[in-house]
Amino acid sequence: MRQYVIRRLLWGLTAVFGVATLVFLLIRVIPGDVAALALGDDAPPEAIAALREELGLNKPIYEQYVSWMVGLAQGDLGLSLRKREPVVQQLADRWPVTFELALISLVVAVAIGLPIGVLAAVKQDKPFDHVVRVLAILGIGIPEFWLGTMSIVFLALWFHYSPPLGFTEITVDPLRNIQQFMLPALVLATHQLGGIARLSRATMLEVIRQDYVRTARAKGLLEGRVIVQHALKNAMIPVITILGLQLGRLLGGTVIIENIFSLPGVGRLTAEAIFQRDYSQLQANILFFAFFFVLLNIFVDVMYGVMDPRIRFK
Amino acid sequence: MAQEQALAIGPLGTASHDSWVVRLRRTAAHKPVGAVAAIVLLFVAVVSALAPITAPYDPLELAVGPSVGAPSMRHWFGTDELGRDLLSRIIWGGQISMTVSLVSVFIGKGIGALLGIMSAFYQGTIIDKAIQWLTDVLLALPVLVMAMAVVAVLGASLINVIGAISFTLIPSGVRVIRSQALSVMRNQYIDGARAVGAGDWRLMLLHVMPNCFAPFIIIISGSLGTAILAETSLSFLGLGVPPPFPTWGGMLSGGGRTYMTTAIWMAFAPGLVITFVILGFNVLGDALRDTLDPRLRQ
Repeated sequence: MRQYVIRRLLWGLTAVFGVATLVFLLIRVIPGDVAALALGDDAPPEAIAALREELGLNKPIYEQYVSWMVGLAQGDLGLSLRKREPVVQQLADRWPVTFELALISLVVAVAIGLPIGVLAAVKQDKPFDHVVRVLAILGIGIPEFWLGTMSIVFLALWFHYSPPLGFTEITVDPLRNIQQFMLPALVLATHQLGGIARLSRATMLEVIRQDYVRTARAKGLLEGRVIVQHALKNAMIPVITILGLQLGRLLGGTVIIENIFSLPGVGRLTAEAIFQRDYSQLQANILFFAFFFVLLNIFVDVMYGVMDPRIRFK
Repeated sequence: MAQEQALAIGPLGTASHDSWVVRLRRTAAHKPVGAVAAIVLLFVAVVSALAPITAPYDPLELAVGPSVGAPSMRHWFGTDELGRDLLSRIIWGGQISMTVSLVSVFIGKGIGALLGIMSAFYQGTIIDKAIQWLTDVLLALPVLVMAMAVVAVLGASLINVIGAISFTLIPSGVRVIRSQALSVMRNQYIDGARAVGAGDWRLMLLHVMPNCFAPFIIIISGSLGTAILAETSLSFLGLGVPPPFPTWGGMLSGGGRTYMTTAIWMAFAPGLVITFVILGFNVLGDALRDTLDPRLRQ
């Protein structure tokens, strides 16, 4: 198992290194002068020259690359072109919001999607099963930005309720924090929830027809125990796989959800950086998403290894 | 006789001599939900393609109706804050969304498929390792974040949005086609072609590629929903095809959000169309996968 984890960590390191290289190239392939683009059309030539110097764009490309990588290793990715603060500081301020949003969404998706999928399989072709199947396919298809917008509208129109805007730390006011995150996290979780419900139903239908489940029943075990102890663990493996595959959509979704619900996370910072042409901040944010994505994937892969011994010994 | 019957079985009936209409009808009967999805998508595509005829008003013409007008007989989906007809804007917006998604899926998955075949063909060499590493790197970035970054660098325009979405679709195409190409490469006809002197490119393009067609169609159909979602998400964030051209995502973010509580139709109609199209592509993709994948057909 340890070797398997080390292998996944090494993969993660090479992937992040590759993304860092791509991100380095990103602002160097921009058509035109990046300094002039960042400062706008009416910027004086001296300011453009100073920014080129600050970004190190006058140096040879290999020198720029080495200093970028050294900076990355030291946690120094330069100053934001707009706020003139270290971009890493901006990320440090904003990442808890994105982390909490993604985490709650994941938990909600698994906590609701898995049991309803399993129950739908147990009650195959009953009304509950039909409802779950329709809702699951709707959940997969509805785009987050529409569901987010519509949930705000209908809550306001029907219940005269609007979720409080902004971000309050959970340690300062837990209730307000939950109020701020519950709706956005639910909306963000919908796609994963639908996918998990659909797949856990399909896998469970397959698993409950296996010989070992029949044997467990023949031994006289209660149905609940057969499902939970014998079937569920094997049905979980494909569910973990789809969780890993959908993480990208979840993280991309944080950009949309943070913008709709005015949550000051890294997703919103990324959209701001794009509109303000703050390329230093954009580079750092893309790296953050890659790093977060790789970490989550490694976590999912390790879970996969824990659940399925064939994976860790391959 | 029994063998002939066995060969004729199967939704596409590849070995039978039925006309394509009969085979299509048989496939539709086998996958009715997929057939409904195909009809809905075909309807949206035809109505959008014929927008100059089907759209009741010019989508850019101001004040063809009242500002923020509710749905009526004259304006079925209502009007926006500038008095433009929403139904016409949705129909014209469909042209952009459908074009962007179709073109970017074919470009992205096409490049992915070529790289996948090359990677399998040169298995174990530096070319294979480089392609695999690049795929790993690109897979380490969420699709929307990657698309946003590309548009941020190149600027928002129709071509750049297509380029950005195509780029994000390459890595998954490489993975799927590489694994199919690896199994194709083990066939004796590849050795036979090599023995009669076929070069690398001839082998890849004429012998390996045609045998990767079924998984290629599966990944194409499975990615159309992703591409539509990416395009509408970019437009929603203001990074899609720039105004005044109508886009489905853009209609939701501009007036759609400003007036969402007082004029709900402005955000409701475009969102519903996006949802139907994404759902349609997902359902159709599933049906095609079930039909074309021999393991699932059993």
